[in-house]
Amino acid sequence: MSPASADTPTPDSHLIIDKVTKSFGDTEVLRGVSLSVHRGITTAIVGPSGSGKTTLLRLIAGFEAPDSGTITLAGERVAGEGRWIPAHRRNVGYVAQDGALFPHLSVGQNIAFGLDKKKFAGRAAVDARVAGLLEMVSLEPGYARRRPDELSGGQQQRVALARALAREPELMLLDEPFSALDAGLRVATRKAVARTLAEAGVTTILVTHDQGEALSFADQVAVMRRGELAQIGNPFVVYTRPSDRETAEFLGDAVILDADLQGSLATCALGGIPVRRPTCQGKVHLMLRPEQIRIVPDGQIKGTVLETDFFGPEITVRLRLHPDGRGSSDLDGETITIRHWNATLAKPGSELSLRVIGEGVAFPA
Amino acid sequence: MTPATVVSRPNRDKTGGRVRNRRGRSRPPAGMVAAAVAVTLATLVPLGFVITMTVLTGGETAARLIFRPRVGELLFNTVALILLTVPLCIVIGIGAAWLVERTRLPGARFWALVLAAPLAVPAFVNSYAWVSTIPSLSGIGGGTLISVLSYYPLVYISAAAALRRMDPAQEQAAASLGLGRWRTFFRVILPQLWLPITGGALLVGLHLLAEFGAFSMIRFNTFTTAIMEQYRSTFNGAAANMLASVLVGFCLLMLLLESRLRGNARYARLGSGVAGRPEPLPLGRYRLPALAAVTVLALLALGVPLGNVLRWTLAGGAEVWNGPMIVHTLLQTLFFGLAGALVTVLLAFPLAWLAVRYPSWFTRLLEGTNYITSSLPGIVVALAFVTVAINFLRPLYQSVPLVIAAYALLFLPRALVNLRSGLAQVPQELEEASQSLGRSPLATFVKITLRMAAPAAAGGAALVFLGIANELTATLLLSPTGVNTLATRFWILSSQIDYSGAAPYALILILLSLPMTYLLYTQSQKAAGQ
Repeated sequence: MSPASADTPTPDSHLIIDKVTKSFGDTEVLRGVSLSVHRGITTAIVGPSGSGKTTLLRLIAGFEAPDSGTITLAGERVAGEGRWIPAHRRNVGYVAQDGALFPHLSVGQNIAFGLDKKKFAGRAAVDARVAGLLEMVSLEPGYARRRPDELSGGQQQRVALARALAREPELMLLDEPFSALDAGLRVATRKAVARTLAEAGVTTILVTHDQGEALSFADQVAVMRRGELAQIGNPFVVYTRPSDRETAEFLGDAVILDADLQGSLATCALGGIPVRRPTCQGKVHLMLRPEQIRIVPDGQIKGTVLETDFFGPEITVRLRLHPDGRGSSDLDGETITIRHWNATLAKPGSELSLRVIGEGVAFPA
Repeated sequence: MTPATVVSRPNRDKTGGRVRNRRGRSRPPAGMVAAAVAVTLATLVPLGFVITMTVLTGGETAARLIFRPRVGELLFNTVALILLTVPLCIVIGIGAAWLVERTRLPGARFWALVLAAPLAVPAFVNSYAWVSTIPSLSGIGGGTLISVLSYYPLVYISAAAALRRMDPAQEQAAASLGLGRWRTFFRVILPQLWLPITGGALLVGLHLLAEFGAFSMIRFNTFTTAIMEQYRSTFNGAAANMLASVLVGFCLLMLLLESRLRGNARYARLGSGVAGRPEPLPLGRYRLPALAAVTVLALLALGVPLGNVLRWTLAGGAEVWNGPMIVHTLLQTLFFGLAGALVTVLLAFPLAWLAVRYPSWFTRLLEGTNYITSSLPGIVVALAFVTVAINFLRPLYQSVPLVIAAYALLFLPRALVNLRSGLAQVPQELEEASQSLGRSPLATFVKITLRMAAPAAAGGAALVFLGIANELTATLLLSPTGVNTLATRFWILSSQIDYSGAAPYALILILLSLPMTYLLYTQSQKAAGQ
């Protein structure tokens, strides 16, 4: 998996970002970002705060101009090389973190704010359109008369989405739109929004710092770090075969072990583990996801439980591995943390047998 | 001088950090900066005037004019007045606020409003009421009595607002740590009222320095009344200027003292969650004394002026209602008030906009300068404008634009504070949402930014209007001959001891001020540390 295979523009690309840079004062926020997005798919840009992901989104929306590089939207250059199309003439939908509903307008007036007055002439046409949009986001038509402050956070976000959809944008930008919601509501709203956007067939870009959200929401995940895209690919690939250790650890818990890689077999404290398409050889760091390491009734590889942490549905278990072929008295064995569903199995001090499922990923040591 | 800048200087914590950081790095529009700089430079005229005059007069003459018995007497009066009035205002203001906000005082909501109402009575009307009741009233005693009754609401209103939004969980925490009610008040509540105390003390002090009418009426001499007297007799002589420079020195000293005392402490609620309403404290056997105290305070501060104004109005009968003159004065007051309010809000806009959207040391400097220059007494501003107009802008002397300019300078903070909090409620995200929905930046500015800031701008304009309606010194010195506002007409009639004739003007002034005072009171209760 090469780190940037998905950013090669094709004739089908809806949005092409090419070597975009942006600085604020002395701070370099984007250092040459390139990204290509196909029509109709959902892309999540994920990264820690301060990585530049929101700035990238604002450049696409047209709230800021790039210092260099170009942005092409549906074949038209919208920024770069002397061209600049401001936000209001890009027809790009935008949903902000807190929805940014206009507090002085009703829900219906908010949704109708961007409607084309020529296309929807007269009260009845506007009302019908507003009702249709409310339905799209699963809200009763009666909500049109309410004030934004009478809605819950999730409802506000759905109204913000309906408002952005009113102009039938070809591209929808979502700037951490679920982060202000509490956990239960966040999942439900995320699902509702994803469904609505998929039905409308809108190309969507979501910016988030929540890996789980990015992986579950998007067809394509772009990992952003210090102003650069570290990896672009489909969620499964990015999660299971991250391009470097930092990405691996950002996207989820990772077990990292010292290993010796010969050909496509890595030998480590967990035995011999296959590595697909290794990029290096010899001494490496081997990365496994905790859920790849299972507790089995019997096996070669053993570890002693150091401590456990109970979360209800699952338990995390910290183990000290017994180095291959040596006694359990050795204290230099590596420690790993894995997850298990059965809390009664793992008591500190007890010895467990382990087995690894699937392949590992090798990074240069 | 009345409600004044109860609205104290804002803490700069309103704009969301995210937006602020991003915006802070981009460049503000040049036109806005130019406008804000021009306004700020214009407000420096009075300060520049005082400094120039002191330098031009020369050290020896200045020293001769400043170090003389007359100035000593003024100095004693002014210092004594401040030292007596400010602590009394703090004690009465905090005590009253605590009674209505935190105890089971019978009719607490009623008293909360009644005790704020004296703000609607201009100090010179208060003085008129007292001197027409007790003709012998004069000197430091009279000055202190009238000042305390006129200005304690400046402390009371901000203390009540602070008490109202103080988290009761802190008191509960204190109780759980073993503190009784009294010790809780002194160790937890009172220290947190430090901002309303220092801010209120500054406002009271500045009012005392600037007040002319109230003290002149009871023949109590302060720097302001003395400058007015000098100006009247010798017309803009060096003596008046030197008194003005001492007065300005006092003002700056007071601003410095307040900023030192205020410190950098912030008394915000830590942690999240909704602040509950505190359980009011039962007064027990102190119930009747407490009720008696607020009743006496309300009677002295509100009952005496209202009663006297009504008494004199009735005593004068129908003939004091000189129709044409009253209508003429009212219309002129409305004209000056509305024009002044409009100009002030327009001039404040670039400053407020920059302060909210582009916070930096530079915009803070611009904003801060305006709070200082507007703290100067009306008499100094008027003297400066008269001198500058006579020497450099002759056609402007005694013209309407010059009066309006002086009003704008004097009352700029009222508009600024309100606009600032109004604009802070229009986050950049809303403008961006509008643009992403296809509205141009100009359409967005009109439909979103201006529309949402409009209530705050109107609130600021109302307070500026109120200030202008009650303004006396600058109006007397600067307005074209023949111009009469309600305040100046009242002043002229009451100076001639025509108490009946003056009464209708006082009545109209109070009626005009009441709704604005109510607005100010409700605003302060809502605005949580903006």
